[in-house]
Amino acid sequence: MRYGVSASGPMDRLAFDAAHAALGNEPGLTAIEVSLGGLSLVCARGCISVAITGGDFIVEHEGQKTNSWTVLTLTQGEKLSIRAGKEGSWAYLAFAGRLKVDGWLGSQATHTTSGFGGSSVRSGQSLVIFDAGTREERLGEIPSPGFATAGPVRVVAGPQDQYFSKDTFTKFASAKYVVTEAYDRMGMRLNGPKLNFEDALSIPSEPIVRGSVQVSGDGVPTVLLADHQTTGGYPKIATIISCDTDRLAQFRAGQSLHFMPISSKQAVDEVRQYNALKTEYIGRISVPRGTFEQRLMRENLIHGYIHE
Amino acid sequence: MKPQFKAVADHALLVTFADQICEDAHGYVIALDKAITAQLPEGVIETVPALVNLLIDFDPIMTDHSILEGKINTYLEGLNTHRILGAQRCIQVCYEAPFAPDLEAVASATGLTKDGVIKAHLAGEFHVLMYGFAPGYAYLSGVSDKIQVPRKPAAVREVPAGSVIIAGPQCLITTLTMPTGWSIIGRSPSRIFTGEPEHPFLFDIGDRVNFERIDLNTFDSIAGMASGV
Repeated sequence: MRYGVSASGPMDRLAFDAAHAALGNEPGLTAIEVSLGGLSLVCARGCISVAITGGDFIVEHEGQKTNSWTVLTLTQGEKLSIRAGKEGSWAYLAFAGRLKVDGWLGSQATHTTSGFGGSSVRSGQSLVIFDAGTREERLGEIPSPGFATAGPVRVVAGPQDQYFSKDTFTKFASAKYVVTEAYDRMGMRLNGPKLNFEDALSIPSEPIVRGSVQVSGDGVPTVLLADHQTTGGYPKIATIISCDTDRLAQFRAGQSLHFMPISSKQAVDEVRQYNALKTEYIGRISVPRGTFEQRLMRENLIHGYIHE
Repeated sequence: MKPQFKAVADHALLVTFADQICEDAHGYVIALDKAITAQLPEGVIETVPALVNLLIDFDPIMTDHSILEGKINTYLEGLNTHRILGAQRCIQVCYEAPFAPDLEAVASATGLTKDGVIKAHLAGEFHVLMYGFAPGYAYLSGVSDKIQVPRKPAAVREVPAGSVIIAGPQCLITTLTMPTGWSIIGRSPSRIFTGEPEHPFLFDIGDRVNFERIDLNTFDSIAGMASGV
């Protein structure tokens, strides 16, 4: 961030990690982030397993409809489409292999506002995957992460909460906010009670992180997300804890939320607990469940045991 | 100078040396940044120097706010805050229409003529204080107090790359088409992205910058050469 470049990367880091884990990939490989606009592609050559995670998208493969959180194999000529479903704003498509992409500053992530980095996928574009393979022992549904709970979005006050009156902060912490259409990888503008502040339009520009809740001069709060600007001079009333920014990123325009202030110590505790659950989950889904035949065999054995 | 520590969510600590931009505070920011990056405390991922404060981003699994606060206090003892002067860079600016939509508003807010605003801007001695906001956005200090104006209440969208913008004592040259709440007083054909992998951005923090006025024809010929037209 020191040259003004945000870290970028996936909007929902949990779903992104899950997609790679479900294929047995090493963490942090490149995947494609699919927005509400959806994505459809045809396997032009060869044969490859893919994992789709994130939100609740509709996945269609050769006439078979499933939802996101699945591993399947595409063979030459087969079509895959990922479309917006009941909920969620971002889905991830990971490949059993390495996607050929350009990097910038040592990363393949895409900084959408500048176009630097891995870049966006355009209609008609061909994707090349090195070392493509199939993962027959991993096909099927991926258990979704149940621990990423609903409930209020937890924040730590500040770092510029001193510009807001006590009443305004209480309003922020108790009111309902609604996600507006002004939502992209940079941030999410919210609709709700105005958060007015005084004498803060000339504060020196200060660093911003993913999850900063920035309030503009007209009192409107915006949550800054993956491709956020790295500094800004509008005051940040609070900052969302890291595990809750991924959950919030899956919200859509019209969905409502509440903020819940917690102490920085509680925030560290919550994130450590979340991380332990995430590590356990990622570990669990990265273990192959066996091929269809192996699973059939195992289930038959159990079936037989019950009857004896 | 005793800083104020503020927790930023679960994963960062903001160390603030002053409420308003001043050379002393920025000296401390740069010096502390150098000291920390020379010897990263356990769990620290990155530091982001700003005008009056330094953000320290960390892995909350490995450390926490209070452990880091203790470590930073030891770094602050005996910190050398002597300013190191960087290279001198010259940036060309065209202050003519359609590149300067806010020149009129700045003039009327400050009681100067448009030419007075331009002269005051050219007279400034600028330093690169930090990068921020977006890739390659270098914040310069040194806007003459004759033309210091606050940010607009809300940002204007789609401001073209190369815009020379001011707010308070700060000035910067935009590198991307982005929103800004600052006043747009000119456009520069100079390239901030160098295209060199080893040194991708023109400025280093601490560099000195002066502006040179160019007319529309000169702007067009430089911009034309740069784009290969």
